[in-house]
Order: sequence, then structure tokens, then C-alpha cells
Amino acid sequence: MKYLGLIWKNVWRKKIRTSLTILSVFVAFLLFALLSGIGYAFKGGQDAASADRLIVIDKVSLINMLPMAYKNRIASTPGVQAVTHASWFGGFYQDQRNQFPQFPVDPYEYMSLYPELKLPQEQLEAWARNRTGAIIGSEIAERFGIEVGDRVPIQATIWTKADGSRTWEFDVEGIFSTDDPRGATAYMLFQYDYFDEARAFAKGQVGWYIIGVAPGTDGAQLANAVDTQFANSPNETKTSTEQAFAASFAKQFGNIGMIVMLILGAVFFTLLLVSGNTMSQSVRERISELAVMKTLGFSDQSVLGVVLSESILIMSIGGLLGLGVGWVLVQGVAQQMSAFLPGVYLSPQAMLVAVGIIVGAGIVAGMFPAMKAMRLSIIDALARA
Amino acid sequence: MREVLARLTGVSSTNLKVKERVEVLHNLDLEVPAGDFIAIMGPSGSGKTTLLNLLGGLDKPTSGKVQVGDAELSSMSNSQLSHWRSTNVGFIFQFYNLLPVLSAQKNVELPLLLTNFNGKERAKRARIALDIVGLGDRASHYPRELSGGQEQRVAIARAIVSDPTLLLCDEPTGDLDRETAVEILTLLQILNREHGKTIIMVTHDAQAAEFANRTMICDKGTLEHQEAA
Repeated sequence: MKYLGLIWKNVWRKKIRTSLTILSVFVAFLLFALLSGIGYAFKGGQDAASADRLIVIDKVSLINMLPMAYKNRIASTPGVQAVTHASWFGGFYQDQRNQFPQFPVDPYEYMSLYPELKLPQEQLEAWARNRTGAIIGSEIAERFGIEVGDRVPIQATIWTKADGSRTWEFDVEGIFSTDDPRGATAYMLFQYDYFDEARAFAKGQVGWYIIGVAPGTDGAQLANAVDTQFANSPNETKTSTEQAFAASFAKQFGNIGMIVMLILGAVFFTLLLVSGNTMSQSVRERISELAVMKTLGFSDQSVLGVVLSESILIMSIGGLLGLGVGWVLVQGVAQQMSAFLPGVYLSPQAMLVAVGIIVGAGIVAGMFPAMKAMRLSIIDALARA
Repeated sequence: MREVLARLTGVSSTNLKVKERVEVLHNLDLEVPAGDFIAIMGPSGSGKTTLLNLLGGLDKPTSGKVQVGDAELSSMSNSQLSHWRSTNVGFIFQFYNLLPVLSAQKNVELPLLLTNFNGKERAKRARIALDIVGLGDRASHYPRELSGGQEQRVAIARAIVSDPTLLLCDEPTGDLDRETAVEILTLLQILNREHGKTIIMVTHDAQAAEFANRTMICDKGTLEHQEAA
């Protein structure tokens, strides 16, 4: 700590150069925060997904629906604790820009399989009693100012009603939330019975089944048993864990994780060159000062430590500022994009990784100049001064 | 008979210059009594600065022994020498070599960072050193705001702040006008006479050498001639 004043003064020896370097570090970590937050939205679904739930979809494509008749056969498979279903509705609220997912489900079955969703019991009962009832996630409620008791019209993009209309009206009976920061609440759930009765086609079919795996049951074996049941049927199934399902769903958008990694890799490589160059220049222009410090009794290791600390300090100022501003922006982005891309979130793990990168990049950028300073011959350096 | 502070015995030193070894000091013997003020004169390349570097533990002899106080410098490791320098020797350079980013006060405090003194104690000791060299009122000034003579005074304060027994001065007045040089040399005399510092000063300036107790002539790697001041 007693060297902090010296390190601070050295860092600001060339104010413009240091400021520009800090700015480049700031931008790099701001980008890191934003990309991590967005990358998390794609990956977050997988992390939030339970390994204790299996998803059964049509073997050919998620778009193909499965017969409702499968439900009882799945339920009777050994190892299945509970089973329910959901389907993709795909509508928008008031304006086409206001798109968010809606799913027709069985209220009690669905909520019992998703205990992480918090919904007051009276709201669940009110929803179950009302065939046109629906519950919405807190993110949707907040975004559109919807309250319990409101009547919400949803324009369908796929599901035309039997009367030819595409407007589906729902009574909001409850608002659900989740304590899990990775869990999304930007969607709406409504009664399957109403959906199946009112839709013009595909009656008696569902998008996918959700299985609650009984304790002690091997998920992979159960998935295999379910798929074997429906082998060679008109609707063969593909059963996987919810995590695997979420991962394959995210892959439809490309390998986001890889894209994020490549962008950040390029950014941090450039950052290392910029900050490494700053440190090299800084050491080169004060060779005689470093020699004087050694003459006064500073050991080789002390000089190494001082130069490395300067590099880490520059990286820390820019990096922490970038992360701080990035965190604020991610909150804003998460709110603005909650309907299109729920789960934008800068996780504590990502912050820890960023802090690790700050320290690591500081060490790498400062290592060569610091080694040069450490190996400096006092006599040669003073003779050149 | 005064106690001997520094003793060089059969010291030789060679430098590598353009792939050729050049002997800078040849089988040199020297005794420096504690409290002495010695001027070393001689032509360029005669080995004066090398001699100073050996006495200050900045360099090691090719052969022979360098002893300062109880320390046998020629057998010490680099880290041992660093630690030894921080407490036993003060350096004063021709071009002052202050750190431009630090104020006079902080420049003087620099060697004290290597001690266990807290910030308050470091500041107090630096202030005393600045007072001794007559620059107590310039403590907050940066080197660029000081004249050459003032910069050299700050450098002297930095050299004495850790209370070393030995001061090594390499052309301390080489960059100063006559009047300022006299002020600096007088200050060195005071440090020698009133504060008991042993001073070895390399200089080209015969008038500067007159401020020392005695002058030695270094030529072709040997101390050829000695005379009483």
C-alpha cells in the first residue's frame, strides 16, 4: 500500500496516453458486460432449466404437434411422476412489435411441475376457474402496465379461431414471478381447454409434453423408454432433458456463445496490444528513473512489482468502470428487450470472470516491460541518462 | 587514528566494450577513514565512476575485495546489495535524477518507502532532510519548478534522509554555475563536518576538489597520486 502513491503518480505521468488506454479498456469491458448479458439470455434458459424435467417433442421437428392421447401413455411409463403439456401460441399484444411468448397449458398440472414460478394460490384457483383466464409474468405486467382483472386481447399469428377471428381475449387472473435471477417471466400462460375448443384446426394436439421425473429414476433411461413406446408410430418422439431442449432451442439462433467468445477474444487481444504498448513506452521513457530507484535500494522484485501494479491499475480503472457502466446498461437492455429476448442478465460469475481478466490482462500487458525494468543494469542505465 | 569505513584491497574491474575486455581499475588499494571527505579527480575513462560504483555496491569487482563498514560487498547477492544500499549509502548524481512526477517532499521520501516507517514518520523525516538542505519551504514543488541548484539540494536531502554513513557524489556540481556549485559544496562540507558523513566525490573541477579534505588522482585504473587538501 505504501507504494500506491508512487504507482498512481507513475500511471498519470502522461495523462492523455493513460486516459486513452483506460478508455480502450473501458470500451472492451463495456462490450464484455453487454455481450455477456446477451449471451446469458441464450444460455440462461439452459441454466435455469431443470434436469429433473424431460421434454417430449416430435422426432422430426418441434413444429409438428403430438396427439393429446399420448399423455396417458406417457403418464403410465414407470419413472414418470407427473406429466403435462404446452404449446406455442405466437401472438402479439396491441401492436406487432409487442411480441412475447404465450403458451396454452393445464393450470394445475403446469404450475405443479414448475414450482419455481411464484403465483398466489387464490390467483391460481381464479385462473383455473375461468376458461378465458390467463396469468402473465411480472416482466410483461411491468412492461405493458397490465394488472390483475384486465382483459387482454392477443392477436394470433398462427392460431385462427373457429369463427375466423384472430383476436383472442383473456382475463388476467394472476401475475407470476420467480426468485431465480436466471428465470424469465416475460411470457403468458392460458388455459389449454379454451385454446383447444376455440381454435380452427389441430384440435386434440399439443406442442410438447413435460415430464416430471420420479426421484431415483434415471432421466436418460426414462427418455429412452418414452421414445421406445412411440417408435414406428405416425408421431415418433424425441425426449430429452429440459436443459438439452433449451440448448437445442438456443442453437436455432447460431452458436451465440462461440460468437461472443470470438468477438471478445479479438477485443481483448487488441486490448493487450494497446495496454502492452502503453506500458512499454512508459518503462522506456523512464529507464534512468528506474535505475535511480534501484540505486536507492529498490530490489529487482520491487521494481517488477511497481511496474506490474501500474499495468494492473490501468486495467482496473478502465475495466471496473466498463463493468459498472455495462451493468447499468444491461439492466436497461434487459428491460427493453424482455419481450424479445428474456433473461438478459450480467451474472456474478461473469463479473468474477471479468475481474479475473482485468488482473490477468494487467499482468500479461505489464509483464514484458516489468521484466525489462527488473533486469535493468543500473550502471548501463545511468551511463545512458 | 580514525576507524576505516571503506577498504578496497587489490581491486580490479574490467568492462566489456565492443566485444573487448577493458581493464578499468587495476589492483587498486584504498582506505577511506570514517568521516573523511575525499575528492577523486582524473581524466574521463580513468575509472573514477567505476570506483564510486564499487564503493556503492552498484557493481562488483572482477577481483579483489570491497569492504564498507562490516559489509563485504564483493560477496553479496544483488538483493543483499539493494538492501545494504537502502540503509548505508546515499547517492548524489550530476543530473540530480529526481523523479519528475513526485514533489520534492515525495522525492525525498522515496528511500524511506523501503523502511517500516509509516506515512507520517516518512513525511516528518523528509521534512527534516529538506530543512537541512534549506528547502523546507519548497517541499510541495515539483522538480520542474525548481532551479538546478535547488534540484541538487533535493537530491542531497534524498541521499541523507535514511541517515547513511557514506555519501557518494558523482560530479555533483557538474551541471551548476560557479555560485550554485559553491553553495552545494558548502552544504556537502557541512554534512561532513557537522553531521559526520563520509563523502567521496568524483569531480573534474579542481575548485570543487578544494572543498574536500584530500584529493586523489585516478588515472589509467590506479590511484596514482594523493595529496593533502
